[in-house]
Amino acid sequence: MSLSLAASHDPNNKKRRQRPRWLATVGLGLTRWWADALLSFDFIGQLLITVPRLVRGKTTLRRVDLLWHLDQCGPRSVAIVCLVSGLVGVIFAYMGAVQLQRFGAQTYIADLVTVGAVREVAALMTGVILAGRIGAAYAAQLGSMQANEEIDALRALGIDPMENLVLPRVLAMLIAAPFLTAFAAVVSIAMGWLIAVAIFGVAPLEYAYKSLHALTLPHVLIGLGKGTFYGLLVALAGCRQGLNSGRSAQAVGDAVTASVVQAIVWIVVAASASTVALQRLDW
Amino acid sequence: MVALALEHAEDQALVHVQGLKMAYGSTVVQHDLNFDIRAGEVLAIIGASGCGKSTLLRHLIGLQVPSAGRIFYGQEDLNVAQSDALARLRRCFGVSFQAGALWSSMSVGENVMLPLEIFGHQDAAEREHQAREKLTLVGLADQFDAEPSSLSGGMKKRAAIARALALDPPLLYLDEPSAGLDPLTAAQLDHLIQHLHDEGHTIVMVTHELPSIFAVADRALFLDADEHTMTALDEPAQLRDHGPAKVQNFLRRGLPA
Repeated sequence: MSLSLAASHDPNNKKRRQRPRWLATVGLGLTRWWADALLSFDFIGQLLITVPRLVRGKTTLRRVDLLWHLDQCGPRSVAIVCLVSGLVGVIFAYMGAVQLQRFGAQTYIADLVTVGAVREVAALMTGVILAGRIGAAYAAQLGSMQANEEIDALRALGIDPMENLVLPRVLAMLIAAPFLTAFAAVVSIAMGWLIAVAIFGVAPLEYAYKSLHALTLPHVLIGLGKGTFYGLLVALAGCRQGLNSGRSAQAVGDAVTASVVQAIVWIVVAASASTVALQRLDW
Repeated sequence: MVALALEHAEDQALVHVQGLKMAYGSTVVQHDLNFDIRAGEVLAIIGASGCGKSTLLRHLIGLQVPSAGRIFYGQEDLNVAQSDALARLRRCFGVSFQAGALWSSMSVGENVMLPLEIFGHQDAAEREHQAREKLTLVGLADQFDAEPSSLSGGMKKRAAIARALALDPPLLYLDEPSAGLDPLTAAQLDHLIQHLHDEGHTIVMVTHELPSIFAVADRALFLDADEHTMTALDEPAQLRDHGPAKVQNFLRRGLPA
């Protein structure tokens, strides 16, 4: 009897053929997700190891690199952050005012825009803009360095890429993100003022007074804290994808795409969780 | 000190490779590699494309971990060395990668100065002086401010050698230094390697360029792509005339042994 005939009579073989394909697909997906999560944990662990060395001033981090990345993250991102935040402020104020006007309560536009922008929206929009502008650039820079063996050249010299490449990028983001979030919030509030005054007839000083009255220190701290945390998530996603990129053009492209998607997903998850948690805690 | 052990080991092996096995998962690239890198020699690692020459180089410089076996620099095992010892050890060798691997965000001069900046203690003027010296040595004195992307393939390889020389290591690893270059530029690179050898550097080069092998190598190590192990280690001329048939064939470029 031929082997193929023997195989066709094997009861186990029949079972194997009947195994649902979707189960294998789900299993494969979960395995890949888990492997990816382990890589992310490994990356974060390696980054944390550099912190004590950074505190002691023992890293190979170059000040010139930090300043260059700070310039990219901060001053060069202000224009796009202001533009998008301003337009979001317009949408926010306009939509809010239309609803509030039904009850003759359009003077509360200031409260709505100020608290919403300072506490949530400015940080969220800044995070999303940074994911597209800076996180993608981090992934592309590190991915092409990986493809061209530039990272191997650093390692061969005994220079840790975490200290030399990742740390300046993460630090630059941590420094720039709160300032950008503050800019975004101010521009959103200003555009809200413009809409409230020009279209809905709110007195200019009334809006300013109500804004200042609504603004409390916890709102400011929570907003800046969220912005900084989202910036950190963007830097981690960009650097992690770039550093673990493959060595082809396709792989670098995939790393860039993955960094943006991962950063935005992380930001939205963090925003949802923190909003619910902080409201429950009455902060 | 590992560095001192290497610098004063002129009558013995700088590097001792013992039972090295290299694999990607279950695919064995090479196994049972046993050889020494002697102080002051030029050792060529040769073999057909895909036999694992560059992979061996990556193991020798610690970028990949062996599946089995050990690599000793002096008395220090590369793969179990603690971070301080490993950092010291890595400063004992310079590496030039196949495509140069120059840091594209920096100028050629900054590429050579970076190792000095991170590990050296000189001031900026001294670093620049040393970098210019290395670039002059490889014939790129006028390219100090050039961007790596503006250099030709041969210039990139020479700039990479200048960077590998930045910390004055006793041992140089060169991956395909003359591959893909025109005969004249390849000959200039061979001349540079010979010059570095005459200055006392120990050089390990991965190559399959026959003129380079016969021009500069003291010994050649043949990696067999079919047997997945080293099958010969001797002087190139000796291997060509008296080596195993496959090695003779390789060194005669397919002519009958």
